[in-house]
Amino acid sequence: MIIVVCIKQVPEITEIKIDPKTKTLMREGVPSILNPLDEFAIEEALRIREKHGGEVIIVTMGPPQAKEAILKCLAMGADRAIHLSDRAFAGADTLATAYTLAKAIKQFIPNFDIILCGKQAIDGDTAQVPVEMAEWLNLTQITGVKKVEVDPKGRKVVAHRETDEGYEVIESKLPVLLTAIKELNEPRLPTLMGILSAKNKETRVITAADLDGDTGLFGLNGSPTQVVEIFAPKPRGKGTIILGEDPVAAAKKIIQFLFEKGVI
Amino acid sequence: MIEVFDTCTGCGICVPHCPFGAIRIVEKRAQINEACTFCGACVKSCPFGAIEIKRKMVTPADVSSYRGIWVFAEKHGNHLRNVTLELLSEGRKLADKLGEPLAALLLGRNVTDFIKTLSAYGADKIYVTEHEVLERYNSDGYADVLTGLIAKHKPSVVLFGATINGRDLAPRIAARLRIGLTADCTGLEIDEEGRLVQIRPAFGGNIMASILSHTRPQMATVRPNVMKMGEPDWTRKVEIERINVMIDPKARRIRVVDIVKEVADRAVNIEEADIIVSGGRGLGSPENLKLMIELAEALGGAVGASRPIVDSGWLPHHQQVGQTGKTVSPKLYVAVGISGAIQHLVGMQTSDIIIAINKDSEAPIFKVATMGVVGDLFKIVPALIEELRNVKKENPTR
Repeated sequence: MIIVVCIKQVPEITEIKIDPKTKTLMREGVPSILNPLDEFAIEEALRIREKHGGEVIIVTMGPPQAKEAILKCLAMGADRAIHLSDRAFAGADTLATAYTLAKAIKQFIPNFDIILCGKQAIDGDTAQVPVEMAEWLNLTQITGVKKVEVDPKGRKVVAHRETDEGYEVIESKLPVLLTAIKELNEPRLPTLMGILSAKNKETRVITAADLDGDTGLFGLNGSPTQVVEIFAPKPRGKGTIILGEDPVAAAKKIIQFLFEKGVI
Repeated sequence: MIEVFDTCTGCGICVPHCPFGAIRIVEKRAQINEACTFCGACVKSCPFGAIEIKRKMVTPADVSSYRGIWVFAEKHGNHLRNVTLELLSEGRKLADKLGEPLAALLLGRNVTDFIKTLSAYGADKIYVTEHEVLERYNSDGYADVLTGLIAKHKPSVVLFGATINGRDLAPRIAARLRIGLTADCTGLEIDEEGRLVQIRPAFGGNIMASILSHTRPQMATVRPNVMKMGEPDWTRKVEIERINVMIDPKARRIRVVDIVKEVADRAVNIEEADIIVSGGRGLGSPENLKLMIELAEALGGAVGASRPIVDSGWLPHHQQVGQTGKTVSPKLYVAVGISGAIQHLVGMQTSDIIIAINKDSEAPIFKVATMGVVGDLFKIVPALIEELRNVKKENPTR
């Protein structure tokens, strides 16, 4: 099994603020982490490799410092990585990101069997890149997967896809693209050995010039959507806090409030 | 434009894949006739890569040829999802502002009963496609039909609910048509140039962004429970266009083998619920869940949970609110014994009214609470249930 895991380095969202004067993101000094849902994708890829053999290859697009997120994946046990890094890729929306990742996978890992991604990244929260990538690569997709069984001989997977009231059991031929939710597994922590060996594993840096794709579809040029304004959300009005009151009296206040608001 | 290259062997594999019956094999080569809607189903079926659809990026000059607001009608069992009706109500406003028609896209099997409702909530026109393969949502079948309809009729806006299936479907269509898509919008506006301004939270709701799409149609998924559902008008007239499709069930690449329901009591889809009662670590042990469920029942709401509750296996993941669970915006969110880690807050802080009950007065949940009670939830929740019953008794109509 050749398993590709697409990952993203994201800012810790709790730290992101808007500069009230310039109305731009204050990214300076914001710590970066591996997107939390991506860890479930990596873990599952490692488990599939442990069971069926093969290779786990990390693919990411991002600035040079995304190397840190790659190292974490390699320390967890991935075999090697491809890092798409070029100023020409900057400013990409989901369509351009998906296009670039798809082109790279097609060109450098043409014999892959499974692509695994975290369902969404915590910064943009769009959940669009994996699906758009599946379309660019003409793959079937199973999104929001909480369990996977791979049948290498039958060249198929059976996955449990989360729904609003349970799950669907879906069968797809290989190759397939799957997106992981946290029900899928319990990601391992990198071991000391893993951390030490990660530095010796191969990370291939790919620039726009290395890719066969249409350069007009990379980065900002290939992005049909444009953020025209960012602003701070409307602050919630200051709430009423009931402290040191008898429970029945407190309950009366709440119910009275909800009644007046027409909620009940 | 669609093109068949010399690598075509005339094998005919594409023929049953075309939902619109537009392909014939003539002299060992696929021939595509005017029934083609450019949906792309044949392209992905061809083992030789012999069919290509050339799609141009939309130029400003083309924009005026795109007209109409479209809403994808999402079903759930025997009813339409609320978000569909919310989107029709919102779409009606956008359509009136632009002076363009509002249409609903209805796919499924035996779905005629839904037509009246779609029209009552504002649709001028309904495109109806019925087929056994469309009975249950599946990405390939739905994406093929909808891409075809969009490519043929060129609407200016297409809206989907940001539901599990809406977010599985819309990006598939966007990538095939090579157009922009904005995820999980919480606001839609028309600017002075008639463009759709798509407003959405980013970075876990810490930032709002206004987004424009340079391509057409302008596509977005919209968060359930954010747009206001209007009053239905059952006297509205509606135009119906039925589209016949031919989908070969055997040609599908993917199939649903089983559908498993594991719904607990009052576990209605929390993304669509008007009222949610959520429990956290403060509940102490799983037996105490029933207290919270009782409150949810008294309020007529759904049951949610913070991550620790789900991680401990007390409630299933689809009831989890927050960063690795669902984002909800109900009219009323009651947080019972939830301290309010940022990962939880990003999933519920857009709720209209937030009531928090926690024993720790420093708990971050109180920062977003409309009304908070510092105290013992095991005393306050029963008092709430009791008081609710009293109010209901005094006001039987409410």
